[in-house]
Amino acid sequence: MTDQTATQPQIREVSVGDALRLAEAGYRIIDVREELEWNDGHIPSATLLPLGDVLDRIEAVVPDKTTPLLVHCAAGARSARAVARMQSLGYTNAVSLKGSMLDWRRLGGDWEAPQPLLTPAQQRRYSRQLLIPEIGQKGQRKLLDGKVLLIGAGGLGSPSALYLAASGIGTIGLVDDDAVDESNLQRQVLHTVDRIGMPKTESARITLNALNPETRIVEHRERLTADNVERLIANYDVIVDGTDNFDTRYVLNDAALKLRKPVVHGSIYRWDGQITTFVPFAGPCYRCMYPTQPPEELAPSCAVAGVLGVLPGIVGLLQANEVFKLLLGVGETLAGRLLMFDAMATRFDEVKVWRDPQCPACGEASPFVAASVQVAETLEPAAR
Amino acid sequence: MSSVRIPPVLRDAVGGSRSVAASGATVAEVLRDLFQQFPALRDRVTEDGELSRFVNVYVNDRDVRYREGLETPVAEADTVILLPAMAGGSS
Repeated sequence: MTDQTATQPQIREVSVGDALRLAEAGYRIIDVREELEWNDGHIPSATLLPLGDVLDRIEAVVPDKTTPLLVHCAAGARSARAVARMQSLGYTNAVSLKGSMLDWRRLGGDWEAPQPLLTPAQQRRYSRQLLIPEIGQKGQRKLLDGKVLLIGAGGLGSPSALYLAASGIGTIGLVDDDAVDESNLQRQVLHTVDRIGMPKTESARITLNALNPETRIVEHRERLTADNVERLIANYDVIVDGTDNFDTRYVLNDAALKLRKPVVHGSIYRWDGQITTFVPFAGPCYRCMYPTQPPEELAPSCAVAGVLGVLPGIVGLLQANEVFKLLLGVGETLAGRLLMFDAMATRFDEVKVWRDPQCPACGEASPFVAASVQVAETLEPAAR
Repeated sequence: MSSVRIPPVLRDAVGGSRSVAASGATVAEVLRDLFQQFPALRDRVTEDGELSRFVNVYVNDRDVRYREGLETPVAEADTVILLPAMAGGSS
C-alpha cells in the first residue's frame, strides 16, 4: 500500500472520540465524501464538499481560513487529503477525522439517515429488479407509487396485469364489465375454471392479490364510454388499451389527450399483433395513425375471427414493457413507432408513425391543446 | 418487382399469402398491378377507384401520406405495406 500522505505536509488527525468533542465545541464539519454516500446518511450539521471539489470550492464554502474545521470522509483517507489541500490554500485550523462513520454513530454522534424507500419485505421481494441499475430502490419506489389502468381484463390485460402486479406496481385499475366465460380460458390467464361466471374484474383481483397482496386492485365493473372515460382515467399515470373495438379506442384517445395520459396500445388478430405508445402531444395519437376506422368486416374482433392463445400473451407483455419505461422514465418507448408482430413467421417489423398536423384530435386545431404547446415543434416521430 | 405485405384481414383476397410481388415505379403503379393480379383485393380497399382512407400504405417504414402519397417512388428492393387498423383486444 502506498502512503500518499507521506509526501504531503503534516496534518492533524483526530480520533472519533476527539472529533465528537470538537464537534461539540463548535468545529464546522465538512464531509468530503461523494454525493451518493451523503444521500445514504450524513451528519446533519455537516456541509458536503466532495474531495475532488475541495480546491475549487473551499474558499467559497468557508471564506475565513482560520475557521476550526472538522473534516471527515468514510474512514479517514480522503479527509486527510482534503485537509492537506486546505492547508495548501492557507487554512490553519482544519483537522481530519481518522476513524469510521460507523464508530461515529456508535459513540453517539449525530447522524441523519434518509427514510428507507423500501421496507425490508419489499427489498426481499423485488431484489432481482433492485439489482438493475435503471431501477434500483428509487425506480422500485416509482413502480410502487405507479397507478396503471388496464382497459379490459381479458386477453391483453391478463399478461400485463400479472407481470405489473408481480413486479410491484402499486395500483392496478381494471375496466371490464364482462364475466368469465369458458372460451376465455384459452388465453385469459388471469381467470380459472372455478370462476366461470364471475365478473372478470373480481376474478382478476383474486389472482393478482394472490400473486402480490401489496398491489391495490381497483375494480371498475363498467364498459368504457364517452360518458365515463374521463372519470375512469383521471387518477392513473398510464393507460393500457386492450379493448376490442374502434369506438372505445377513439373515445379513449381523445380523453387521454385531454387529460395528458400516455396510452399503450395493443391490438391482435389471429396470428398478428400491433403495439405502439401514444404520448400526448409528444408523439402521434391514435387518430394520427388511423384517421378513419375500417368497416366492420375488415376489423373483426377476436370473438369473430379467432386468436392464437400466446399472441395476446406476447403483445400484452410488450405493452407491460412500455408501462415500465413510462413509469421509470427510462429507455425508448414505442412513441412514433408501430411494432408489428407476426406469430406465424416469428417476425417483428416496425413502421414510423408521424404526428399529423391536421389531426382533429392532437393537430394544430386540437380542442385539447393548450396555447403554450408549440404543435409544430413536436411533429417528429419518436419524440421520446 | 417489389414485395407487398398483405395484412391478415386481406389475405383471403390474395389466396392466403402474407406477401406478394407487384411491379411499378410508384405506389399507384404497384397498386394497379396488385389489383390486376387480385381483383378481389381492389374491391376491399378502394372506393370509387381511390384507395380507402382506412388503409395506411407504407413504403418500407414510411407512411406515404408524409411522402408523396400515391406518387411516392417504389424501388425494386422496397417493401410496400398495406395496413388497416386492427380492432382486436380483450374480450
